[in-house]
Amino acid sequence: MEIQEMKDFTSQVRRDIVRMVHKVNSGHPGGSLGCTEFFTVLYQEIMEHDNNFNMDGIGEDLFFLSNGHISPVFYSVLARSGYFPIEELNTFRLIDSRLQGHPTTHEGLPGVRIASGSLGQGMSVALGAAQAKKLNKDSHLVYSLHGDGELQEGQNWEAIMYAAGNKIDNIISTIDLNGQQIDGSTDQVLPMGNLQAKFEAFGWDVLEIKDGNDLQQVIDGLKEAKSRTGKGKPVCILMHTVMGHGVDFMMHTHAWHGKAPNDEQLEKALSQNPETLGDY
Amino acid sequence: MKKYTDSGNKDTRSGFGDGLTELGRKNPNVVALCADLVGSLKMQDFIDENPDRFFQVGIAEANMMGMAAGLTIGGKIPFAGTFANFATGRVYDQIRQSIAYSGKNVKICASHSGVTLGEDGATHQILEDIGLMKMLPGMTVICTCDYNQTKAATLAIADHDGPVYLRFGRPKVANFTPEDQEFQIGKAVKLYEGTDVTIIATGHLVWEAIEAAVELNEKGISAEVINIHTIKPLDEEAILNSVKKTGCVVTAEEHNFLGGLGESVARTLALNHPAPQEFVATQDTFGESGTPEQLMEKYGLNSDAIINAVRNVMKRKKQ
Repeated sequence: MEIQEMKDFTSQVRRDIVRMVHKVNSGHPGGSLGCTEFFTVLYQEIMEHDNNFNMDGIGEDLFFLSNGHISPVFYSVLARSGYFPIEELNTFRLIDSRLQGHPTTHEGLPGVRIASGSLGQGMSVALGAAQAKKLNKDSHLVYSLHGDGELQEGQNWEAIMYAAGNKIDNIISTIDLNGQQIDGSTDQVLPMGNLQAKFEAFGWDVLEIKDGNDLQQVIDGLKEAKSRTGKGKPVCILMHTVMGHGVDFMMHTHAWHGKAPNDEQLEKALSQNPETLGDY
Repeated sequence: MKKYTDSGNKDTRSGFGDGLTELGRKNPNVVALCADLVGSLKMQDFIDENPDRFFQVGIAEANMMGMAAGLTIGGKIPFAGTFANFATGRVYDQIRQSIAYSGKNVKICASHSGVTLGEDGATHQILEDIGLMKMLPGMTVICTCDYNQTKAATLAIADHDGPVYLRFGRPKVANFTPEDQEFQIGKAVKLYEGTDVTIIATGHLVWEAIEAAVELNEKGISAEVINIHTIKPLDEEAILNSVKKTGCVVTAEEHNFLGGLGESVARTLALNHPAPQEFVATQDTFGESGTPEQLMEKYGLNSDAIINAVRNVMKRKKQ
């Protein structure tokens, strides 16, 4: 996909995100907007994946979303990558929907391989799937995404230790470094210090994407990460993003972590992200 | 009266280990995980024969449960083993979200359950695990009574698609079920026919129930004994057929009376056929250090306790 096409894609995804959370007056737009470039690049450019969904995913790359609250961006990109009808985004967080507030396999939504939302569990699951790939002699990769605040959960560090200690080198775990969590900045809530040094001390190969809202940087970073797999170390991407990116009044604040825009705010947000691929 | 013979004391955890070894030979999709308790769980033979299919996660049970969930993606059948305490309470949310709600085909294999773990004391003696696991939608809960049944159950759950909690224990206990038994998940095993009282037991209490029935028989009380190895799904038909005949029931388990087998039986009876029931179980307490025998006696979990409960429940039946 050309960069311009990808830009158009992200504009539409951002419209989906704000429309989804606005309609039900709930959900998490901030982190979703910040990770729009990442999801777009992953599903449109990087991963070999089959939108004819099969849970086992043998012979394709897999993705696990650990910070499940950014489900709006996940759902939008899955739908627009052909996993399920785009109109189904209209059912987000409504009763009888497959698009639960946090992603789940329970309703059989194609593209989702694990329930997430209770934080800190996704890397362990991704590691298990990576081990299964090795057992199956499947050379495809496993990707995972984690919030930075989420790293406060101790299970992550169990998984981080395991992955390096067991040379799980078919996994790329990306940390969304937006510096915000629901109660404030990560530094205010619980400072996590130097994450690069921490991952490296645990034995990971770490690289950085300085602007995770720049498509080219995300493409380059993910390609670089891919090139570092298969070398005996798990790969971590520290990806700096801006929470709320693409909607000016939602940027650089934790206020929109888990809050929906009102009618007026929705119109403003939409005006900043032109319709490119057609609203659902 | 049929005589059940102990073919030689063996621990149920060895039944798990030997079952796992057999599975390793016959099912290439079976993989195993352990959190630094390989010796206690008797997993070494499986590991020796299948080093590539074993994952030592270290003392990190949360990561183990998540990894087990992930291993199912790609068609593996993970058996994750640790002590019951660390296999349930410590990782309840991991099991809830990544395994049960996600519908993953993980077998949670829990040794050293109940007070018979013994000398290590209450920090390690979980008496709430059946309750925790049976409350999870979609979770199958099995508690086996001896070596042979544990081995048979280990083999059977590999063929069952869905999450399973398999509970067994540490001490050597009577081994009396047939070596060649067919283990049917959800199907109760009737050990004695009787007319005066139904004794429904699970796990280590099954042998105690047999001993109690023999003693009761000598005193002219005819006890029907049912071995409930699957607490969820519960064989309600077997329970109701028996209690309709005997009119009262004693449930026996190495677990708190809150949340255990007894409550599941009580619900079944309340909905279908109310009848007097007594609970042989721990009475909402923690355990403590001691030998398994001492603890079973102190916490009212042996054949004497069952006999007392039978006398009490039969008095209530007459009123």
